[in-house]
Amino acid sequence: MAIFLNKDSKVIVQGMTGATGMKHTKLMLADGTNIVGGVNPRKAGTSVDIDGTEIPVFGTVAEAIEKTGANVSVLFVPPAFAKAAVVEAIDAEIPLAVVITEGIAVHDSAAFYAYAVSKGNKTRIIGPNCPGLITPGQSNAGIIPGDITKPGRIGLVSKSGTLTYQMMYELRDIGFSSAVGIGGDPIIGTTHIDALAAFEADPDTDLIVMIGEIGGDAEERAAAFIQKNVTKPVVGYVAGFTAPEGKTMGHAGAIVSGSSGTAAAKKEALEAAGVKVGKTPTETAKLAREILAG
Amino acid sequence: MDLFEYQARDLFAKHDVPVLAGEVIDTPEAARAATERLGGKSVVKAQVKVGGRGKAGGVKLAATPDEAVEHATNILGMDIKGHTVHRVMIAETAPEIVEEYYVSFLLDRANRTFLSIASVEGGMEIEEVAATRPEAVAKTPIDANEGVTEEKAREIVAAAKFPAEVADKVADVLVKLWDTFIKEDALLVEVNPLAKVASGDVIALDGKVSLDENAEFRQPEHEALQDKESANPLEAAAKAKNLNYVKLDGEVGIIGNGAGLVMSTLDVVAYAGENHGGVKPANFLDIGGGASAAVMANGLEIILGDPDVKSVFVNVFGGITACDEVANGIVQALKLLEDRGEDVTKPLVVRLDGNNAELGRQILSDANHPLVQRVDTMDGAADKAAELAAAK
Repeated sequence: MAIFLNKDSKVIVQGMTGATGMKHTKLMLADGTNIVGGVNPRKAGTSVDIDGTEIPVFGTVAEAIEKTGANVSVLFVPPAFAKAAVVEAIDAEIPLAVVITEGIAVHDSAAFYAYAVSKGNKTRIIGPNCPGLITPGQSNAGIIPGDITKPGRIGLVSKSGTLTYQMMYELRDIGFSSAVGIGGDPIIGTTHIDALAAFEADPDTDLIVMIGEIGGDAEERAAAFIQKNVTKPVVGYVAGFTAPEGKTMGHAGAIVSGSSGTAAAKKEALEAAGVKVGKTPTETAKLAREILAG
Repeated sequence: MDLFEYQARDLFAKHDVPVLAGEVIDTPEAARAATERLGGKSVVKAQVKVGGRGKAGGVKLAATPDEAVEHATNILGMDIKGHTVHRVMIAETAPEIVEEYYVSFLLDRANRTFLSIASVEGGMEIEEVAATRPEAVAKTPIDANEGVTEEKAREIVAAAKFPAEVADKVADVLVKLWDTFIKEDALLVEVNPLAKVASGDVIALDGKVSLDENAEFRQPEHEALQDKESANPLEAAAKAKNLNYVKLDGEVGIIGNGAGLVMSTLDVVAYAGENHGGVKPANFLDIGGGASAAVMANGLEIILGDPDVKSVFVNVFGGITACDEVANGIVQALKLLEDRGEDVTKPLVVRLDGNNAELGRQILSDANHPLVQRVDTMDGAADKAAELAAAK
């Protein structure tokens, strides 16, 4: 089962033939991902040999879907061209588009998100500026290292890439059903709430770890959602307690403005919803262990 | 990137939002000619990115060019809530103001779209109006792909209950302000107050604009708007090297990979500091995924160049990056800095986990650099770094 991605997922890569795209396509293949094609209009009809696997290159997403039955696209397209690439994926009605690209202008993200909504939300967008998602032992769509951990029964959703890795590492002996990096930009396609709902419905997930960070009010809204809709135990971590007001901490969305977006407010909201919140990643992992041990 | 008022004024003017004449100066004497160009009187306005400058004495009416020079002399160099005034705007004096309104467009993160906020009760902080009289503030969602057409502008005008006699003019301002928002890749455009003056015209008297730095690739003119003068010199040096660095006020220098992990590192160090005399993180520095020796050297150079730093914590989780490469990076970076004659005397605590962590740790052990200590857990390493900073 897992969420959003499994062994039956057929993955194409938009921007596969670039340096970053090639590097990660190779890694995704090594993790067992069923990569069925790449998309590049200038190289349509050719193919790329990756460690002995011939990957065909298609001119458009629509053509790739028609020829291969692809249902997931991972995008490594540079920021200036990312909006057009996501719009193309939406037009082709691919069910899942994972936008790894960092540095996309907010107006572009707002435009492709609004476009997806106007087309009836047939395409789930994850990202942008995210590490993608992994269902260990089945498929890997993005840049999360495949060798940190094994299949298991913890679900993970996080704004941050490296904190995702850190948490997977802390709990590597238990393993994960799926881990989803939703990205740290101000506008993202898939939210904590979307992932929480999917993990709640996933019979292979027993416990959910949710990692947030300063900025916006996504964690507060996730807390309200958990209180109402999530019966599985949730353990939380929020980064940025010591971040000063008005300074962007790496992610475009990670900024405290006035009294809104602080880590303390997020922690308080999560705890009020019954979520155990750790002070550090290590303590958070410990809380998860305690709950799983009963 | 938040802009100064004069920069916002210039962008408004560029997109035909009605504004008063004004120019920015940085010497008192220049206030004279600027005021003469405005017909002999002006308003002298401190340019700082913080509210409350009027109360602080940063906005003065000058009835003569001499008075403008006197005000500029007093205001330049003034400290307003920790912001030094480097420039003043010499602005046209406003005609008689009849009413003050508020209009803005901004990013609505929660709903993943854009939002218009409008009120006929402008002039003061909109948060205050929203808190005390929520019915006086009209919030209208804007579809990112449809934008603000004349029809949408009229919807906003109606929702905020603008008086009929200014409806056309306010709607026109809204369309032009939206133009500014879209064409400049802004995250916020705010006019407060939007004034109705005696002649019946509406004019943007003051405004705030915040621009999206991710859009710089298609906004070549935005680079010139950066406030290089007020930037912290370490932040400016880091930016020149393409490093994601924020100066903070503690003693433990921080280097890590990935924004979330570095934010988390700051917290863990601050907690550890509670047991070591209250030492705190000195900075945020994310060296990203690559973490080559050159990037590590650039990062270390910035951190070691910070006189506040007493110890350094390098916290890396090897995801795609292998820890042996990171370890080599640290060793080479230290050598590079020593060869350059830099003063390398501050202790480094290094924690490596993840991909090839054992190899990386071995490299550090073999190098046996007198300043480098290995601690293999994040919490333990933070504690050691805080202890070393407190001991200095």
